[in-house]
Amino acid sequence: MGMTMTQKILAAHAGLDKVVPGQLIQAKLDLVLGNDVTTPVAVKEFEKIGIDRVFDVNKVAIVPDHFTPNKDIKSAEQCKYIREFAKEKGIVNYFEIGQMGIEHVLIPEKGLVVPGDVVIGADSHTCTYGALGAFSTGVGSTDMAAGMATGEAWFKVPEAIKFELKGKLSKWASGKDVILHIIGMIGVDGALYKSMEFVGDGVKALPIDDRFTITNMAIEAGAKNGIFEADEQTLAYVKEHSEKAYKCYQADADAEYTHTYVIDLNDIRPTVAFPHLPENTRTIDAVGEVNIDQSVIGSCTNGRISDLRIAANILKDKKVAPHVRTIVFPGSQKVYLQAMEEGLLKIFVEAGAVVSTPTCGPCLGGHMGILAKGERAIATTNRNFVGRMGHPESEVYLASPAVAAASALAGKIVSPEEVE
Amino acid sequence: MIAHGKVIKYGDNVDTDVIIPARYLNTSDPAELAKHCMEDLDKEFLNKVKKGDIMVAAKNFGCGSSREHAPIAIKASGISCVIAETFARIFYRNAINIGLPILECPEASKDIEDGDEVEVDFDKGVIVNITKDKVYKSTPFPKFMQEIIAKNGLIEYIKAMKSGE
Repeated sequence: MGMTMTQKILAAHAGLDKVVPGQLIQAKLDLVLGNDVTTPVAVKEFEKIGIDRVFDVNKVAIVPDHFTPNKDIKSAEQCKYIREFAKEKGIVNYFEIGQMGIEHVLIPEKGLVVPGDVVIGADSHTCTYGALGAFSTGVGSTDMAAGMATGEAWFKVPEAIKFELKGKLSKWASGKDVILHIIGMIGVDGALYKSMEFVGDGVKALPIDDRFTITNMAIEAGAKNGIFEADEQTLAYVKEHSEKAYKCYQADADAEYTHTYVIDLNDIRPTVAFPHLPENTRTIDAVGEVNIDQSVIGSCTNGRISDLRIAANILKDKKVAPHVRTIVFPGSQKVYLQAMEEGLLKIFVEAGAVVSTPTCGPCLGGHMGILAKGERAIATTNRNFVGRMGHPESEVYLASPAVAAASALAGKIVSPEEVE
Repeated sequence: MIAHGKVIKYGDNVDTDVIIPARYLNTSDPAELAKHCMEDLDKEFLNKVKKGDIMVAAKNFGCGSSREHAPIAIKASGISCVIAETFARIFYRNAINIGLPILECPEASKDIEDGDEVEVDFDKGVIVNITKDKVYKSTPFPKFMQEIIAKNGLIEYIKAMKSGE
């Protein structure tokens, strides 16, 4: 029996020729990541181990992005704590306000992940980097602490599900719609403990930003990781952003998958996940009448430049509905600057939206866009759990930037086709 | 190791946002976190829970965010053990890493009801429902994980490895 992409990467990092599903291995790490919510707990645990240095000052990244710019005194104290830790340990990849971004937009941009890497991050959406052909997975703070200390982590080698993509997305469909469609199909635990491997001719026509969106939400199907086979587009991205050595892996022809799904991208419609689970999906045609109070465009799922271009294209020379608070938050300083140079920020402001600094704030109900009781938001974020964006009796509907922008104009959830 | 207590039961897909909402993540103090444990799912949880109680849930417990604050809050609230049909994988790691005992047992998850008195023998992987006079067998942890649990978490395990114990 051959190995999947994920299994090959894990075997190589465990110093083994072969691994099989279920096997427990100890793998070497190329990057250990944390944010301002998870790193304080990790630092406390790290101190308990009783060593005075991290395994490699170039292979730890700390990004204060959740409650920053500091939303209150307690958050400021947490950020201060990790800032001092980063300084004391000489951590090279600590990204302060002004240089930062939402971690999963920032890390690939900074060239810190390349194909074939093994990455753990104390943030569940660390699975994003699979878009570049890396094995990348979310862990908790204690795993981050152990990773910083030893440069290794234990893994149970996962089984895998294969998603064979074919065809090409239609005008208003995006990577977000693909992953929402998949989660709707297999459920929020449909890939529990497993890899989601994306292959096929359809991948070629899928821009890198859409791939980031797809692997970002692998966790929303319960997956351990999501991964795309690297291709010319991947290598072009890597060349532009990184000088690190990389290795591209392909699954063996006889690799075993617990399931194979063939997905024709031509058939994907704009898709919306209704409260309170990402699996509660409907195509835009079956949404019905859903009025909204807020539209949130950005996040680690959809805060990249192509996402903002799509939203701006819809909002250009139009006004958002007067009662819809529309919040755009670019994923990084680089995306922000690029959006400014391309005139996108002007379009947003003229349409009546606000443009925020990069932050995870609104997505997890931290700050910068909290919902009151009974309020409803359409959001390009990744979770619509009870209370995710604020009051436990508020509601979040997940969708693409195109749908979120169109809905901001209409004051209710609509297809971009309706506002063209 | 034995856990013994009354059961507080929940359903499928209990996510870490309802276990501990993000608005309370500006601290990592276990006692502070415990004050808001399960708040958005069950406002009565804090009034109900007694030290040693056992939480039982269905599929995909702990899905969503990787916040270790979730198992920390559950542990600090006095819960001695969580039994579920399945756990989301990051929660599963986190619980083991911080020394919150968890067990996967579909049969127990389905059969045990809220308020039942339950005893868990972790060494044998046996769950006894005293109220219903029933016994369920859970899947034992791999040896490696048992060693981490025995050391009361990953950090102590690594320390022991370092000192060659």
